[in-house]
Amino acid sequence: MPKPSFKNRSIISIQELTKEEILYVLKKAAELKKKPQPKLLEKYVLGSCFFEPSTRTRLSFETAMQRLGGRVVGFADAGVTSAKKGETIYDSIKIIGQYVDVIAMRHPIEGSARRASEATDKPILNGGDGANQHPTQTLLDLFTIQETQKKLNSLSIALVGDLKYGRTTHSLAQALAHFNARLYFVAPESLQMPGYISDELKDKGVKFTCHDKIESVINKIDILYMTRIQSERFTDQMEYERVKNAFVLDVKMLDKVKSNLKIMHPLPRINEIALEVDKTKHAYYFQEAENGLYVRQALLALVLGKR
Amino acid sequence: MSKVIIPKDLPTVKVFAIKEGTVVDHIKAGNALKIIRILNLADNQKVVTVGLNLSSKTLGLKDIIKVEKRELTADEISRVAILAPQATINIVRNYKIDKKFQAEMPKVIEYVVVCPNPKCLTNNESVPTKFNVAFKADGIRLKCHYCEKIFREHEIVSYKNN
Repeated sequence: MPKPSFKNRSIISIQELTKEEILYVLKKAAELKKKPQPKLLEKYVLGSCFFEPSTRTRLSFETAMQRLGGRVVGFADAGVTSAKKGETIYDSIKIIGQYVDVIAMRHPIEGSARRASEATDKPILNGGDGANQHPTQTLLDLFTIQETQKKLNSLSIALVGDLKYGRTTHSLAQALAHFNARLYFVAPESLQMPGYISDELKDKGVKFTCHDKIESVINKIDILYMTRIQSERFTDQMEYERVKNAFVLDVKMLDKVKSNLKIMHPLPRINEIALEVDKTKHAYYFQEAENGLYVRQALLALVLGKR
Repeated sequence: MSKVIIPKDLPTVKVFAIKEGTVVDHIKAGNALKIIRILNLADNQKVVTVGLNLSSKTLGLKDIIKVEKRELTADEISRVAILAPQATINIVRNYKIDKKFQAEMPKVIEYVVVCPNPKCLTNNESVPTKFNVAFKADGIRLKCHYCEKIFREHEIVSYKNN
């Protein structure tokens, strides 16, 4: 099979990547994790355009570029850019695209990364566009799942927390449709997976069920993917108070889990994973965040034509 | 809404016949004026006759548009097919129907539909909307090119004026 081509390609949505392309990115990331290539992207410049706050995504993109020998320009706050004066995304990115070789961006508006990709012929790597897509997070999640389970196919995976608004759980569920996963959606009814995502999963033949307690699925799964329940999503604060503790993971809940179970979380964590869980062999969220570095290195290298 | 019973002995032609032009029939009730706006039918000084809430065997109630001295193309009709998926288009020449065709839902709908997602780029910057249309057993789905949200037909409530 020919190698997938990524040269000059923007990575906007996980849905645009085929199974083969996803696996190729993961393979490249594994190679870079095993064998660093400090001169691979010498002479290339990354535009790091973060119109909204980010810690892990921005810093891992920037260090990924630097660890491959490239350089970084950019901003971490839209307040210091022309966006504050009302400049459109199209104009901002068109100009930045004339200065750099590749752009990593985050923007609060859904569809902003797609619009950016229409403004420049330089590849755009979407680091999150509002509640829509965050494909590099999904790729690092898949990389981590593969790393911990030694496979991606036919795993039982629970997605927990805010499934309604959480872009990482949407993209991950969509990507797992390629890999015959059995999915468990654990969330309060008001924050369950949106109909348009579950309809899509049904169309693709993905098996999934909805639950309102972690305990009802935790002993039969390989991956527990935790996310934060955000109080600001609730119109009724009483409802938030009622449900928030139903989705907190503590050590006692791990008594009878499968020995290969790994707990993941896109971070930041607030209180949904008790601190003592960090010390168990099941906790893997910090390694997951580290893997973001290798996956972003792989993407930067691939879209700049380094196979 | 109670259905108006029309006595059988009344004349059946409620919107007068045209000599040359286009009759767009079987428009979902309530959408004719939107179609006129979107296709700029009222702007070229041609006579446009509109019938609203006419009785229809298939739709219950329907709208109808008659445009004189202008032949609408299949492409123009396709642009507004979301508002009139069952529309029939009659091209009239010398008072006779010369050509008749059905509205065809396009695979991509551009400009016409307003994205229902308030956080979508198209509702925040001046960008034309674009939706990919998927055909399912229980109706169509519109997927926004930008925010990637998928909508059913009844969720589309707003349309661009032109």
